[in-house]
Amino acid sequence: MDPGFLFVQFLNGLATASFLFMASAGLTIVFGVTRIVNFAHGSFYMLGAYIAYTLAGVFMEVAYGAVSFWGAIFLAAAIVGLLGVLLELVVLRRIYDAPELFQLLATFAVVLIVQDLVRMTWGGEDLLGPRAPGLKSFVVVLDRRFPEYELAMIFAGPLVLGALWLLFHRTRFGVLVRAATLDREMVGALGVNQALLFTGVLFLGAFLAGLAGALQLPREPANPYMDVNIIVEAFVVTVIGGMGSVTGAFLAALLIGELQAFGILIFPKITLVLAFLVMAAVLIVRPYGLLGRPQAESHAAARAGAGLAAGTPLQRSLWMGLLAFLLLLPLFADEYSLKLAIELLIFGLFAFSLNFIMGWGGIVSFGHAAYFGLGAYGAALLVHHLAWPMEAAILSAPLVAGVAALVFGALCVRLSGVYLAMLTLAFAQIVYAIAFQWVELTGGDNGLIGIWPSSWASSRTVYYYLTLAVTLAGIGLLWRFLYAPFGYSSRAVRDSAIRADAIGIDPRYQRWLAFTVSGIAAGLGGGLYVFSKGNIDPEVLAIPTSVDALTMVLLGGVETVTGPLAGAALLTLLKDFVMPLTLYWKMVMGGLILAMVLAFPKGLVGILGDRLPGLQAAPTGRERPA
Amino acid sequence: MSLLRVEGLSKAFGGFEAVRDVSFTLEAGERLAIIGPNGAGKSTCFNMIGGQLRPDRGRVLLNGEEITGLPPRAVWRKGVGRTFQIAAAFGSMTVVENVQMALLSHHGRARALFPLARALYREEAMALLERVGIRDQAERFCSVLAYGDIKRVELAVALAHGPRLLLMDEPTAGMAPAERHALMRLVSAIVAERGIAVLFTEHDMDVVFAYADRILVINRGRLIAEGPPERVRADREVQAIYLGSSVEAPA
Repeated sequence: MDPGFLFVQFLNGLATASFLFMASAGLTIVFGVTRIVNFAHGSFYMLGAYIAYTLAGVFMEVAYGAVSFWGAIFLAAAIVGLLGVLLELVVLRRIYDAPELFQLLATFAVVLIVQDLVRMTWGGEDLLGPRAPGLKSFVVVLDRRFPEYELAMIFAGPLVLGALWLLFHRTRFGVLVRAATLDREMVGALGVNQALLFTGVLFLGAFLAGLAGALQLPREPANPYMDVNIIVEAFVVTVIGGMGSVTGAFLAALLIGELQAFGILIFPKITLVLAFLVMAAVLIVRPYGLLGRPQAESHAAARAGAGLAAGTPLQRSLWMGLLAFLLLLPLFADEYSLKLAIELLIFGLFAFSLNFIMGWGGIVSFGHAAYFGLGAYGAALLVHHLAWPMEAAILSAPLVAGVAALVFGALCVRLSGVYLAMLTLAFAQIVYAIAFQWVELTGGDNGLIGIWPSSWASSRTVYYYLTLAVTLAGIGLLWRFLYAPFGYSSRAVRDSAIRADAIGIDPRYQRWLAFTVSGIAAGLGGGLYVFSKGNIDPEVLAIPTSVDALTMVLLGGVETVTGPLAGAALLTLLKDFVMPLTLYWKMVMGGLILAMVLAFPKGLVGILGDRLPGLQAAPTGRERPA
Repeated sequence: MSLLRVEGLSKAFGGFEAVRDVSFTLEAGERLAIIGPNGAGKSTCFNMIGGQLRPDRGRVLLNGEEITGLPPRAVWRKGVGRTFQIAAAFGSMTVVENVQMALLSHHGRARALFPLARALYREEAMALLERVGIRDQAERFCSVLAYGDIKRVELAVALAHGPRLLLMDEPTAGMAPAERHALMRLVSAIVAERGIAVLFTEHDMDVVFAYADRILVINRGRLIAEGPPERVRADREVQAIYLGSSVEAPA
């Protein structure tokens, strides 16, 4: 390869790095102060691009020129900044003290709502923006042409870094932001108006995201997928750099930018995977990222988690009734209802497996789709490539997922809180990327088709009974584990890792085992799922699948045993009834999640349990002091 | 052979020497108190013995066996039970379940998948609760207990595996004076009846002089005095620290 080509590739890496940094800086600043991982940051980025598109169209129609163009860019960023303020006032302000899961889901709900709003306003087409006046041409570097705009962008990143440095070191606001990043509670205790500080930080964060999105416009069209694409990359950069560290984000952006520029030459197929592998590697060596530091311990007393109680007679009769209903269902249900019931059972197992580690082990997995999807893909691949029968394939599904959970879990359980959530997400994205890009093995985007049950189980009714038996066995086992010493140990580690360690329970090992058990169960669900559908594609591994599971748990109630089952039923039915009625399902789903987080954080079963004490399987550990 | 032997224990955080060259021994049946102003290095010492911190230098020997730098769970397995300065209990479990958890771990069944945890070692746990005087609280959740009662739960948990050594980091912090003496009388009685030893830190000098057989005084990470209460009370340097003639404020 000639040096000119390599140098241009190096410059491309720098330009990418600049963009990544601008897109990530706001995310890391907002996290540093509010401790919220803001999924909606990607939405701000997308809105920046769309708003800049509209403004630039209007302005340049009026007066074509650099002033109109840059005016549109910065005005768009400012408008997005104000939307950030709106988000802070309406949503974030209510969830600063909520558990991480609620914060992640609430901001993801905003992502869903914004996606539909953007589709309503601008349609689903790609919108190509104007090019920057005065920067439309090329410069020649070592006999190679390099776009002027890209060259300008190489300087934009360091410029933003410099501006942020000045802001943080030369203004009172900036000093407060840095202080709050180190110890939020102390800043509050010193009498600083936190509400104002947080609102200001959200303006800054959203402004930066909007700016990055707007600046992207001359490079690639505004499109409805740019929010999730950028947020995933921004997460990687932020986590590698150390959450809360702007300089760290800059270094990480350089690393990832150059890695992508040269990685594409060496491993053209696994560029997606490469970034996540780097992130995983960095986190293993430095659990808080390159320049991150452990979060200041919260000074508040630890939150008490839920406890377990023995079943009441009323509950037992309810369960028997439900079991009888499920057994008799095929007698009066049509094909379609049975199909729905199969899905409901499978997602019940999936959600239950998630809450096994989340509610009862304090491990917030944001990538549980990986284990469900690996079970599904594992079974499908065995059928497709090796012509295994259904029975063997379904039995192998939990093994495939279990091995993955064993390996990924070993790395994930070294971390805690949002870092753990981000690493689980990263692993899920790696698996997704592999399924998407390894076309020869997985069929890529199209997936695999023709994965049908064995002939004896091919009738819907028989497959329903098979699913019923397997899912009930899976759920029943997990349920039993919760009441056994194993579940108590998980809960002990969740409640107080230091105390658990001082009575001989290795916290990390216990979390690892629980993670693996949960992955096995999720994989079993995935194995059943693929045969119920007859096909599989990478969507099953994507973020929305993980979010579905989290939403089910949230709907039903995190601190309950039966909640995930109720939530799975509710969401599956809701999807079935509401989705066909609206073009804007995402908005419905987003609104639902927000409503749950803000108004009913205990979930369905939690609320019922408060109202009807005899019905509740899991009284919380928060009995009122006598 | 001493039950506990600490030799030249040292720990620095960054450039700050929290504990420097601390050595002492502790015999079975003995109640040994570590005192010193805030920030003197008491808790750091404790955490190096309990395994929560790894010492930079020095050795910790339990019955002649080296336990330096072992993780907390391994130290526990060697026969050390401990309570924490900020009481740590499993808030989502009842009082009796907290003790059952320790018993399950002691009997090697903490990861059993099928038996119902609620029914295991319940009588043994109740007996321990009886011993520490909170049997009547057995079915309450730890998250709603009064702080003094949580300290007693911690004691029962620490006793569950029949330790030879109890480490108690400020066992009476946050208690009313009468409660403090009740708890320390209880600890003394348990130490006597089981023939075990207790190492504790304490801010309340009444408690220290009433219940310690021997006292170690630490200041700025160094051991500055050691001996029975009368001798420590008479020590000039100790008086200087506690009567405020030194630069450090009394605790």
